[in-house]
Amino acid sequence: MRELLLLAVGSALVNNVVLSQFLGICPFLGVSKNVKTAAGMGGAVIFVITIASFVTSVIYKFILVPSSFEYMQTIVFILVIAALVQFVEMFLKKAMPPLYNALGVYLPLITTNCAVLGVALTNVQKSYNILEGVVNGIATSAGFLVAIVLMAGIREKIEHNDITESFRGTPIVLITAGLMAIAFFGFSGLI
Amino acid sequence: MNKYTERLYNGLVKENPTFVLMLGMCPTLAVTTSAVNGIGMGLSTTAVLVLSNLLISMLRKIIPDSVRMPAFIVVVASFVTIVQFLMEGFVPSLYDSLGIYIPLIVVNCIILGRAESYASKYPVLPSIFDGIGMGLGFTVGLMAIGIVRELVGSGKVFNVQLLPSSYEPITIFILAPGAFFVLAVLTALQNKVRNRAAKRGIPMPEATGCGAGCETCGMKEKE
Repeated sequence: MRELLLLAVGSALVNNVVLSQFLGICPFLGVSKNVKTAAGMGGAVIFVITIASFVTSVIYKFILVPSSFEYMQTIVFILVIAALVQFVEMFLKKAMPPLYNALGVYLPLITTNCAVLGVALTNVQKSYNILEGVVNGIATSAGFLVAIVLMAGIREKIEHNDITESFRGTPIVLITAGLMAIAFFGFSGLI
Repeated sequence: MNKYTERLYNGLVKENPTFVLMLGMCPTLAVTTSAVNGIGMGLSTTAVLVLSNLLISMLRKIIPDSVRMPAFIVVVASFVTIVQFLMEGFVPSLYDSLGIYIPLIVVNCIILGRAESYASKYPVLPSIFDGIGMGLGFTVGLMAIGIVRELVGSGKVFNVQLLPSSYEPITIFILAPGAFFVLAVLTALQNKVRNRAAKRGIPMPEATGCGAGCETCGMKEKE
């Protein structure tokens, strides 16, 4: 239990997926204009990464390892993730319309989100078992949610600031991200 | 200028993936802690890009339109796996320092973007040159960012001490926040050039990467 907790804190805060591993930069910059959509995106990412890290761990352990096809992991994982996102979208549309309305528009954007494949590959690389893999997935995506919601909050505030012309738009967002990354260094004392 | 050198010029200068289109931001930020890492990542991406452009261009009349995205992904992922094996065997130190970002070449917007917008429409030879041009453009971009970060962050370039030893390295530049700051200055410069070009009425290719929102790349995937 203690190890799992440490693992979760490590993946969510200390090695934050966006601010220290640079995975999922695209949605982080693109969908962080206001807190509500940022939270929606974060929710969709938690949903997809949790399922994807479970499914890829199971496939790796019970299909790839027994048939010694470990080297196929990149190909298999990317296809599984792409299929999974489509499947989750269809399932939500049929079975849980309210959730679909909240998350639906973000789901197609997630396939190319490198964080999903990144988590699946990290699970294999650090030889996590299935439970550790899922915990790592949840924690990593929770870290994404924290980072993107904080960023959206800050962006809503700096929207009306008087910024030098060249720094308007993406540059000022990147500087904010850099300062947030410095702040997140503070968490490295936690574990 | 014949059509092959035109492709090279297009990739290196006119539509440079790092400086003009702003594509592939994840590796751009993550692996540019030193010039060597930048070149390593750039060249491995180039290898995958050239090979996938070659194969996709050869298969462009065979792959049905409705399943082209999954087909492209399989092609790209196979070449990434091959490149990964080659790197593990021949340049193990580089393989270790690039780590998880090598398999993540699969989701690099540049590769699927070129497959979709160029290789699936044009013959084999121009597609290869398109891949070489774009790949080298990306390599030059990563190397330039790597040189700046390594010089400011450790006083060295390619592991050679360039600044006098009295220079106190600003270590933050080779850590995560430094990547954001360097890229911020880079995009600001780009904005300045764009604003100036717009005032003079010179057209410039649109930045399709993360700066303008990677959603476009994600949407393409969806079709």
